[in-house]
Amino acid sequence: MRKILTRGALTLAFLAGPALAAGGGGFKLLDTHFKFEGPLGTYDYAAVQRGFQVYKEKCAACHSMSLLSYRNLRDIGLSEAAVKAIAADVMVDDIDDKGAKVERPGRPSDRFRSPFANEAAARAANNGASPPDLSLIVKARVDGARYVYSLMQGYDDMAKASAADRAIMDGYAKKATGDAKATFAMATGRNFNTHFPGMQIAMPQPLRDGDVTYVDGTKNDLPQLSKDLVSFLAWASEPKMEERKNTGVKVIIFMLILAGLMYAVKRKVWAGVH
Amino acid sequence: MSSSQGAPAFTNPIVKWIDRRLPIFTFMHHEYGVFPTPRNFNYWWSFGGIAMVMLITMIVTGIVLAMNYTPHVDFAFDSVERIMRDVNYGWLLRYLHVNGASFFFIAVFIHIFRGLYYGSYKNPRELLWILGVVILLLMMATAFMGYVLPWGQMSFWGATVITNLFSALPVIGDPIVTLLWGGFSVDNPTLNRFFSLHYLLPFVIVGVVVLHVTAMHVAGSNNPIGIDPKGPQDTLPFSPYYVTKDGFAVVAFLLVYLAFVFFAPDFFGEPENYVKADRLVTPPHIVPEWYFLPFYAILRAVPDKLGGVLAMFGAILVLFVLPWLDTARVRSARFRPIYKWFFWLLVVDCFVLGYCGANPPEGYFIPLSRVATLYYFAHFLVILPVLGKIERPLPLPNSIAESVLGGARK
Amino acid sequence: MATSNKSATADHDHDASRRDFLFVATAATAAVGGASAAWPFISSLNPAADTLALASTEVSLAGIEVGQAIKVMWRGKPVFVRRRTAEEIKEARAVDLKTLPDAGDARSPADDAKRVKAGKDEWLVLVGVCTHLGCIPQGSSTGEIRGDYKGWFCPCHGSHYDTSGRIRKGPAPKNLEVPPYEFVNNGTGLKIG
Repeated sequence: MRKILTRGALTLAFLAGPALAAGGGGFKLLDTHFKFEGPLGTYDYAAVQRGFQVYKEKCAACHSMSLLSYRNLRDIGLSEAAVKAIAADVMVDDIDDKGAKVERPGRPSDRFRSPFANEAAARAANNGASPPDLSLIVKARVDGARYVYSLMQGYDDMAKASAADRAIMDGYAKKATGDAKATFAMATGRNFNTHFPGMQIAMPQPLRDGDVTYVDGTKNDLPQLSKDLVSFLAWASEPKMEERKNTGVKVIIFMLILAGLMYAVKRKVWAGVH
Repeated sequence: MSSSQGAPAFTNPIVKWIDRRLPIFTFMHHEYGVFPTPRNFNYWWSFGGIAMVMLITMIVTGIVLAMNYTPHVDFAFDSVERIMRDVNYGWLLRYLHVNGASFFFIAVFIHIFRGLYYGSYKNPRELLWILGVVILLLMMATAFMGYVLPWGQMSFWGATVITNLFSALPVIGDPIVTLLWGGFSVDNPTLNRFFSLHYLLPFVIVGVVVLHVTAMHVAGSNNPIGIDPKGPQDTLPFSPYYVTKDGFAVVAFLLVYLAFVFFAPDFFGEPENYVKADRLVTPPHIVPEWYFLPFYAILRAVPDKLGGVLAMFGAILVLFVLPWLDTARVRSARFRPIYKWFFWLLVVDCFVLGYCGANPPEGYFIPLSRVATLYYFAHFLVILPVLGKIERPLPLPNSIAESVLGGARK
Repeated sequence: MATSNKSATADHDHDASRRDFLFVATAATAAVGGASAAWPFISSLNPAADTLALASTEVSLAGIEVGQAIKVMWRGKPVFVRRRTAEEIKEARAVDLKTLPDAGDARSPADDAKRVKAGKDEWLVLVGVCTHLGCIPQGSSTGEIRGDYKGWFCPCHGSHYDTSGRIRKGPAPKNLEVPPYEFVNNGTGLKIG
């Protein structure tokens, strides 16, 4: 939907301008289809649950999701007992009756525990780049679902880049340095990723084929893991999406009927005038 | 369906009792019931009423949102997300409000360009027009401050950039910016006062709208052929004719608005604003909301800081004197064969400015935005005054009734 | 409108009734729409999901001696947890229920045996809000006035509650409410809500 709209808006270049400009050049995002896309798209909750497992096992050590609470996991189809168990697995900070700082097992009403005490700690532990919170990541990036999907699979061996890719990479370097002869070079501690703006990302490759084993036996190659993860992150970004679309269908149908009636009334009233 | 101006005879005793002491029913009857309205309005005339509906929508959704919003830099972003996730129908209220701002501006921009095309700002409606420009200015201030409240990246950096505009003023610039911020950067005091003003200004807008509508009821509405009604045959009572026509227009407009609310709620938004404000990192590409883009382009088109700021404010201020810049006596562009073309050129020019404002100021956007800025001012300051003198208008019809019933409609 | 004055032929009447039906249908549809549109606004005033999620509180009973009471927060209101002495229980049980001002209801029965969990007679758990006008009665902390009936005393308007939290004297109309609760962790903890 978003894609169609962006394309449709090309005629309204005025409106589409910011979206296009923010997209930037570089490598095209990988194309795939997510079930939640389109005006009537819904979440694939099996994928969302698998994606939560990927997040929990591979991302949560560095990336917070501070806007989510464990109780929210009920919405992706986990049972109350499962949610309680997930929450209880985590120790959260609290203050006891006597005012002392303690750690207690989490409850469903607790927010997802953040891996770092604060932003400075996160920065210090991660080579100076603090891992962004993932609660809204899909909404916070242009074409966010496809972006995260591509980013997970964008780690590559720089030496294998084609001549055309090279040209794009050198273009980045030229823009960054202002030097027309500059060529692309990696900074230390960075990783080459064709889908990250500037192509150098602090995060080492987080996901590889077979990294997570699903209990339901779903295949676990990198594209599948990435897609499941994105399904989870998309749900986390907008848990009310299905409610929004469902309400929307009813509202639009109602408005069409009302508009039709209003038009008929207007025609009747004006019939004698011209 | 009589259109007589006499006091209506109310039958309901309560209505009667109230009306004798406070004639609100008589007032409504005169101003909205039998009010003689030109019979030839097209749908472009519905956008005033549509804008009113949007204003009410914004106020009602805003009041409920304010009940759940926390104007503090540490909590603002999270409180907005709490509205999106935990408050019952909070997502709907917020999407209505966010998209409502865009659709309010769409309605008002169409309303303004309708006024430009049909010469609605001319004698005796100069003050009516000026009040409208005041409303536009208030809307811009309100929208700007509202955009700061979610405390995302664009909120913070938009606030920083726009408040810094005032630093361009010589001598008083920096003290003014400090005063606006209540500190040495955009911070908690800034957020608090913006919230306070964002809540207040809509009610000021309502006040000016009342004046705007009152002035309109004194002079009467302009109409597509721009000649005054000469008698009852030229007008229709507002009710039921325009109640039903505007009613249909409102529903149709809301239909489009709601389609965005439910199916593309983030279309007008920036992904960057879903990132919490970070005062150490400026997003690579800051853009204001789309309705500010033409003005933003004018700001950047002038290669001088103070000059850019003056040009940007000038782009709105010039509208205040428009009634005296346009020297043509004929109102409607239907009878102004040359002006008609310049009007559409101005529309295109505004879109070009918007396009420039949305893109980074580099490459061909720089000369393009400069040409478009020059043309914008030339339209008002050169073309309109000169055109009025040299253009030969088409013959005007004798009356509205003749033009409507004679079938010679364009 | 203008046409309606012309004539009153049957054909025209038919037209008029169809028109009236259209008007009524449109007005009714618009009214339904308006009423439905009001619902999200009203609904948003009800407790949000995160507020509801905090609807239960767990407290540890360790360290509460016989005769002591604690106050804990539940849904933004204080809950009294009192470990009663045998004498207090006896007093509460000895009262003739017919003499009580409030005969009680399902949520707040009058019979002391029903105001506690079976076999846990010493633990009395009450919502600590005076049923008169919402003040918090005294009597939980040591040294606070417990009133004429050794339970709680509300200083705002002088309501006296007994050792079962029942109203005995003063303007309050009802007994202190018993919240839903259960014992957890083998009776060492209490889950309210």
